[in-house]
Amino acid sequence: MAEEEKLIPHDKIDLRGVLCPINFVKTKLKLEMLDAGQILEVILDDGEPIRSVPRSIKEEGHKIIKVENLDNSYRILIKKM
Amino acid sequence: MAEKTVKQKIDLNELKSGGFIKQTQKDLFTVRLKVPGGRITPDKMLKIAEVAKKYSRLGYCHLSFRQSVEIIGVHIDDFDTVVKELATVGQKVASCGPRVRVPTACGGCEYNPNGIMDTQTKALEVDEKFFGTPCHHKFKMGFSGCPIDCTRTRESDLGFQGVVYPGWTKDLCNGCTLCAKACLEGAIVSDKDGKPIFDKSKCVYCGDCIKACPTDAWKEKKKGWLVRVGGKHGRHPREADHVLDYLSDEKVNDFVAATLEWYNKNGKTKERIGTCIDRVGIDKFKKDVVSAFKKA
Repeated sequence: MAEEEKLIPHDKIDLRGVLCPINFVKTKLKLEMLDAGQILEVILDDGEPIRSVPRSIKEEGHKIIKVENLDNSYRILIKKM
Repeated sequence: MAEKTVKQKIDLNELKSGGFIKQTQKDLFTVRLKVPGGRITPDKMLKIAEVAKKYSRLGYCHLSFRQSVEIIGVHIDDFDTVVKELATVGQKVASCGPRVRVPTACGGCEYNPNGIMDTQTKALEVDEKFFGTPCHHKFKMGFSGCPIDCTRTRESDLGFQGVVYPGWTKDLCNGCTLCAKACLEGAIVSDKDGKPIFDKSKCVYCGDCIKACPTDAWKEKKKGWLVRVGGKHGRHPREADHVLDYLSDEKVNDFVAATLEWYNKNGKTKERIGTCIDRVGIDKFKKDVVSAFKKA
């Protein structure tokens, strides 16, 4: 139950149709507005975005806690560190 | 009159070893400058620009394919002054001819997210130790930090490319499938639970899976240099032979030394190492040089 509670996003951003690296920059800006420990939901296109954005987020030191496959896109949850 | 005598004494081949290359224009030369690994400080760039402005009689520089800056159209009478002025910022002149050239390298792992091995440090070190060593023909070395191979080690007489072997820990994996998404080679596919199925035969050891993995289930198991020998471009290009994986950083200098020794012993005048390998066989190179570097 506690685990489930943790997975409720505090904010979300739909980045379908947004190209690299703008999608990463937008994600980063959103994360900057959150407090440490809060969760951001991001929707990313399949292909280059899902390949690149999570990796860059990891490099920035944040944690990807969930990846969900939607039709031709992905929903990922990022925990701000 | 005295000046003319001096000119006649200059041996063109001697000049080439010092990086002065004869141009079509009478008494004008290209001065090739050393930029190991393609990295150059703004101070050096400013000085080169200043010198080029003063002494290039054609008014331009050229960026060579192998990362050197060349000042075009320098008059033979200006050589000493040009060399002295460049030396004030530590800028040295490169070389041409049958010898070890300035090594090339990609941008480097300090700022490139794909980097696996530190190409810049290694290129400088190898340059320091081997630059100018006489050989049967030109000898070009290159360093690429990852399998994207921006430095084109397949075209180098001796090329080093960073590789990393990924190791997977089942207990840490949450089945997110990002590794399979990250892998451009199809070496990782996800099973029905999202867990990776790894096909080693397709892996190029780039480490993208490691970089993508959010839970550190994929981790670096070992990394090092993949070594290629005998590549060249020119009139008759030859793709290098891949002879070794995971050579450690500390062994690179030894490998270069052993290769040069082998080349000087087995090669013929005006023969590149790739041509020599075609003549005597890659197995001989592997036996004579590579075997000593393979871990038992």
